[in-house]
Amino acid sequence: MSSKYHSPNLDRRSFVKIVTSILGSVMVAIVGLPMIQYFISPALNKSVSDDWISLGPLEKYPLDIPTQFAFTISRINGWEKSSQSYGAFVLRKTDQDVVVFSDVCTHLSCRVAWDQENEEYFCPCHAAYFDKSGAVISGPPPKPLDQYEIKLEEGQLFIHLQEG
Amino acid sequence: MAQSIFAWLDERLGLTEIYNIVLDRKVPKVNWWFTLGSASLFLGLLQGITGMLLSVYYVPTPDHAYDSITYIMTGVQYGWLIRGVHHWGATLLILTAFIHMLRVFFYGAYKYPREFTWITGVILLFGVLGMGFTGYLLPWNQRSYWATTVGTEIAGTVPVIGDFLLRVLRGGTDLSAVTLSRFFSLHIWIIPALILATVSTHLYLVIRLGISHIPEKDS
Repeated sequence: MSSKYHSPNLDRRSFVKIVTSILGSVMVAIVGLPMIQYFISPALNKSVSDDWISLGPLEKYPLDIPTQFAFTISRINGWEKSSQSYGAFVLRKTDQDVVVFSDVCTHLSCRVAWDQENEEYFCPCHAAYFDKSGAVISGPPPKPLDQYEIKLEEGQLFIHLQEG
Repeated sequence: MAQSIFAWLDERLGLTEIYNIVLDRKVPKVNWWFTLGSASLFLGLLQGITGMLLSVYYVPTPDHAYDSITYIMTGVQYGWLIRGVHHWGATLLILTAFIHMLRVFFYGAYKYPREFTWITGVILLFGVLGMGFTGYLLPWNQRSYWATTVGTEIAGTVPVIGDFLLRVLRGGTDLSAVTLSRFFSLHIWIIPALILATVSTHLYLVIRLGISHIPEKDS
């Protein structure tokens, strides 16, 4: 071996080791990163909703009794167009004073139902109870029921569905 | 004739040697708690076999999942049996694996030189729990839908990356066809591959290191 080409710091074996590991890492990255991206990519497109949903004339909702309004929104998930179910509870306190609660439990997103007899919302998944104003009575939820932003137009009630 | 065929194979494959090392290895005096590893292995194999059979009819789409299982239960002969074994075997496997872990813990069998065997065991525990979690969605009934809603929401409570984790699990914001199909893929390919590799390591270590004896009172 001519000493002209011989590095005192790096022998041939170490050089080959370094080159092999660099090339190997590059090859693993070229194959591996797209695989990770492939798996997580549906998670990267957030589905965004921003609609005003009509709940019909305000008068049809009884005073002081939370009344359920169910609606569906069609959404595309991956290749599938499906309808996503929503539920809202309309509580008309006085003639014009109204609040609309989401029926999604603030614990882990099961759906609550109104129990008129005991005057409370109940979530069956982990025995959560909310009172008429949406506040937690007992159970695991960390916060009161969510309220929809509302507007009234010519006696019609609308809620603002905003997601994503 | 059979003997000469065996001798021919044995000479080439080393069957007797494998038998001696794997099954005829020396073990200390043990008790019934030491059967739980084998029980888990047996149940795991049973899950694999019944799972393959279920995949003959099961279709992992929202339109067909529930109906295909109804068909397995009512239209296919012994479908109820295959699915029943898969269903109860799953519960039993979690149980045997967990008690197996408790036995190893309370006998101190995880200590040197078996720490890595314990680590592979922990991976296997997460593996079987992952199988339970993903398998639970596949019937696509009310219970599985809401259980997965809750389960993925729990992942969503992780600080900082929770929301991202939730969407990776669901394959989007909602529980949808994408969720069902990726849970199916995790359930029949990805997690089983992980479990197979880890079980192999686990068993290799059990054979290589032998099993530890029951701790004595004064030690």
